[in-house]
Amino acid sequence: MEKLLELLEQDCTMSVEQLASAAGIPLEEAKAAIQKYEDDRVILGYQAIIDWDRVRRETVTALIEVNVTPQSIDGFDRIAERIYQYDEVESMYLMSGSFDLTVIISGRTLREVAQFVGERLSTIQGVTGTATHFILKKYKEKHLVFRPQEPEEREYIFT
Amino acid sequence: MNYDGILNDKIQGIKPSGIRKFFDILEEMTDAISLGIGEPDFVTPWHIRDAGIYSLERGHTKYTSNAGMLQLRREIAAYLNRRFDLQYDYAGQILVTVGGSEAIDLAMRVLVNPGDEVIVPVPSFVCYGPLAEMAGAVPVYVELKAENEFRLTPEQLKAAITPKTKAVVLPFPSNPTGGIMERRDLEALAEVLRGTDIMVISDEIYAELTYGQRHVSMANLTDMYERTIVVNGFSKSHAMTGWRMGYVCAPKPIIAAMTKLHQFGIMSAPTTSQYAAVEAMRNGDRDIEHMREEYDRRRRYLVENLNRIGLTCFEPKGAFYVFPCIQSTGLTSEEFCERFLMEEKVAVIPGSAFGPGGEGYVRACYAASMKDIAESIARMDNFLTNLRRKQGREE
Repeated sequence: MEKLLELLEQDCTMSVEQLASAAGIPLEEAKAAIQKYEDDRVILGYQAIIDWDRVRRETVTALIEVNVTPQSIDGFDRIAERIYQYDEVESMYLMSGSFDLTVIISGRTLREVAQFVGERLSTIQGVTGTATHFILKKYKEKHLVFRPQEPEEREYIFT
Repeated sequence: MNYDGILNDKIQGIKPSGIRKFFDILEEMTDAISLGIGEPDFVTPWHIRDAGIYSLERGHTKYTSNAGMLQLRREIAAYLNRRFDLQYDYAGQILVTVGGSEAIDLAMRVLVNPGDEVIVPVPSFVCYGPLAEMAGAVPVYVELKAENEFRLTPEQLKAAITPKTKAVVLPFPSNPTGGIMERRDLEALAEVLRGTDIMVISDEIYAELTYGQRHVSMANLTDMYERTIVVNGFSKSHAMTGWRMGYVCAPKPIIAAMTKLHQFGIMSAPTTSQYAAVEAMRNGDRDIEHMREEYDRRRRYLVENLNRIGLTCFEPKGAFYVFPCIQSTGLTSEEFCERFLMEEKVAVIPGSAFGPGGEGYVRACYAASMKDIAESIARMDNFLTNLRRKQGREE
């Protein structure tokens, strides 16, 4: 059954018929499995990966290292929740190493991002420090490379 | 000048492939989908490419030894042992060639005397007959049957053998049918060959691409190791077609003869490619698994859907081809392919291109993106529906 998840992770635009035959299971079984994955939130959602630079929409993405003081009962989770509730937060991870949380946010302008860090993030109780790194260029995300399609160079050869 | 009088009679007797005209049409079409070309759609895995690049940075630009780099032959020996339980001595039993095709050419030329016969099962990859002929042999074609899942049967083999038989080509897993020979099938052939001086040229270039069972080599069988020449390479297993890397394993006297010829004609296989191949052998097993899994998904999808839209298709268990039967359309395989290409802009190859026995079938290669495969199915469905309607009207 994990086959289905692997296939969907690669390309969620495949039809359920395609998925079923690629995974080698009956159609009805595939439909039911996907439904269950969705209900259980094993599948969280389906999104496109977009190269916004190619449509000239300005966005600024920043990776923020955040240090926090964990709370006695919930550890990091409580404070994490207070941070990720903001719509600006795109992704967030608890880290091992020299800082605690990685928060990835995007905004339309540098100012917008700076404002979020300065006024919202750093003022949350328990946040003890932040270091903001702006992303200059995206090369690859989710195994997809940010570059225009190169013309196919297939030569026709009889094999 | 009259070049007909200048060119060798045998080469003039060999007909150019009829497929060229399809490719000419295809080159003109910008929006066509090709399931015609038999090569992986994957780019060579990065770590392998990187090893090739690094060898250039280090300045490894000279010839290697004639038989191929020692470390590569060692790695090939270890790989064959690890994955196919084959034991070959890197010193004297392995020759690195320019693709599997060179190995087949060498095998023919070191075995054959004028007038000898070489048994070639068809439909199969197009090179065996012409290479046998150029070596002076007479190819004896044996037509494989769909009802046998395109396996070579011991009865067929026995019937084809004459006192002049020098060798039999075993092209499995098969291009174009996707058929394989399992151990019991090989065992039945071995029964016929044991005690003879007939050599087996076993083209195992698709050995890594079998679905549901591991490939068995003729050389794995008792008493067959000494009468088998195993041809293999990196093109299909590691998506390395353009690197031109093949190899051949056989008993020492045969490899010695092949190396002699190879050193005059080729000198040594490309050095950059050999460095990349070392990396492929050392760290490439996962890439193989990954690609095989991908092909398997596409294979299942394609077979299921071809059958659904009414083209009967036996389940191919190897390589990356399906070979559906198109006889129900009443068209020859060439007519079918030409009309399908003109009307729906999808290229598949007529079975007749792969020798007698291929007529009535077409070959589609599923080393293509799932998107292209799905689209091809839709177009095929459309094509068949239109065809039936037209044919209904004519009647």
